[in-house]
Amino acid sequence: MSADVIATSPGGGLLVAAIVVPVIGILLLWLVRPRAVEGVALAALLANLGVALAVLRTVTSSDAPVVYLIGGWQPPLGLALRSDGIAAVFMAMAATVLVPVAIYARGAFGEPGERRPMVFWTMLLAITAALNLIFCGQDVFNLYVALELLTFAAVPLVSLDGSRETLKAALRYLVFALAGSVLYLLGVAIIYGAYGTLDLMGLAAIRGPDGALLLAIGLMTAGLAAKTALFPLHLWLPPAHAGAPPAASAVLSALVVKGSFFIALRLWFDLLPPERAVAGSTLLGIFGAAAVIIGSAMALRQARLKLLVAYSTVAQLGYLFLVFPLGLGSGAAPFESTAWTAGALQLMAHAFAKAAMFMAAGLVYEAIGHDRIAEFRGLGRIAPLTVLTMTLACISLMGLPPSGGFSAKWLMLTAALGEGAWWWVLVIAAGGLLAAGYVFRVLVPAFTPPEEPIGRVKPVVVAREAAALALAVIAILIGFLPLAPWPLLAIGRIAAGAP
Amino acid sequence: MSLAPLDAATLYGLMGAILVGLGLYGVVLLGGFLRRLLAFNLLGGGVFILFGVIARRGAGAGFSGDPVPQALVITGIVVAFCATALAITLIERLAEDDGDDASGGGS
Repeated sequence: MSADVIATSPGGGLLVAAIVVPVIGILLLWLVRPRAVEGVALAALLANLGVALAVLRTVTSSDAPVVYLIGGWQPPLGLALRSDGIAAVFMAMAATVLVPVAIYARGAFGEPGERRPMVFWTMLLAITAALNLIFCGQDVFNLYVALELLTFAAVPLVSLDGSRETLKAALRYLVFALAGSVLYLLGVAIIYGAYGTLDLMGLAAIRGPDGALLLAIGLMTAGLAAKTALFPLHLWLPPAHAGAPPAASAVLSALVVKGSFFIALRLWFDLLPPERAVAGSTLLGIFGAAAVIIGSAMALRQARLKLLVAYSTVAQLGYLFLVFPLGLGSGAAPFESTAWTAGALQLMAHAFAKAAMFMAAGLVYEAIGHDRIAEFRGLGRIAPLTVLTMTLACISLMGLPPSGGFSAKWLMLTAALGEGAWWWVLVIAAGGLLAAGYVFRVLVPAFTPPEEPIGRVKPVVVAREAAALALAVIAILIGFLPLAPWPLLAIGRIAAGAP
Repeated sequence: MSLAPLDAATLYGLMGAILVGLGLYGVVLLGGFLRRLLAFNLLGGGVFILFGVIARRGAGAGFSGDPVPQALVITGIVVAFCATALAITLIERLAEDDGDDASGGGS
């Protein structure tokens, strides 16, 4: 099969804009007056949202992926940016999460011009650029660079307040992430050595069921699993995500871990010959199942809200890895399968719900001065909007209808039952029950009237509460999308076009 | 068994593999952030040597090596350097904190 000649498609420049706009934002941050920094960052994120929505519109209206060849060079010599259906959806999702996070984070890091706000806004925009590059990158080495950019932007966010615990958490995160990226790089070396190209489309055309590809993808998956905090490589996540400031935790938990997951998805679904993927995907599914159970059980035992939410991330990421056995095990056309849509929905629902949850945890801290769950009585009285946000986000996390979490888990159950894989059904059901357990541990005291009237520690900032609430509402609204595989998510998938 | 079939590329490939093995052992099993960082650098060094081996094996068209892996490895080295610098900064900050705690006494 000869490699098809690909060309820049109409609207291809949008992909360049998606990467360049946040970077221009970073440069401007350091040029403008300190007071204007937040405005510039917000403007860059709004522009990024506009670009992401334009990409999504182009992909849906043309029913084909958007492609841009950098410098006009054909792969394998040049690099291609390519946004297919799922990349466009995720890009729009990330851009949508980032705007409320930015609104929430305004003024949260002290006076403008200090070190901390500058670091936060710079890293937030760097994460935006890195995620966009990951979603539309088409060259495995290019993806490596994007992955490193993402890590380097995420680690400083963890240790933003500079305390001893957060420095340790950041270092531990960095060590896991670096080991993961070196394993990924080793896989890249092996792929180049065996095939002489790094372009995903070119590789998909010449791939064979040989050992080199399997070894490379195995190493890369192990590395990516460390970055995505897949059980048993999750140990870095709870201290890092719980220790970061709430706005940073929201981005780390909702978006950053999804970047490495997305690359793993690409490798397994685009590159690996399906007949060779079954055993490995079952293994990933088993790790995912263990993450669901153990993450939820650990969340049940936490005394502090932020740690509970962080362990809940470990569990919810576990669901994502069930996509591998369910999507690849069903036989032909994994991109039109129920599991593929279920995975995408789970990723998005978790992103919105978890960002809302971490932001609500921050608001709780502002309202009562701590986040010890045992002392939440009366929270509903003094911070009603925050508790409403938590409730909506929790509905999605538990998977109660109607919510994005429900749709995702329902589709996963449908896929599992369709394949007769009852053991995944058990895992999904048990995970839902455990999630209900840890969610009610938070909500029940929050709704209990206080024994004596209590006051707020800090005055409420409505814009911040509204930002968190908006995210939680979107998590619920995702549940109103049709409960069926979306054709949009199958647009332009590489293996779907191959014979 | 003679060493005759062991050409340079194979020899370096084996060395790279050994470094990767040592580095991986260190990253996973050693205690202390500094040691794990050094192990990460060992691991990275092994991977970079493998890139060199691949460049050598891909030699052709009058070149003594394929230039693409060489370009990749330069990027890789820069990234690993930055990562090490970032980690060292964090380790240093942590050590300063320890110093403060010791001099502060009590609590």
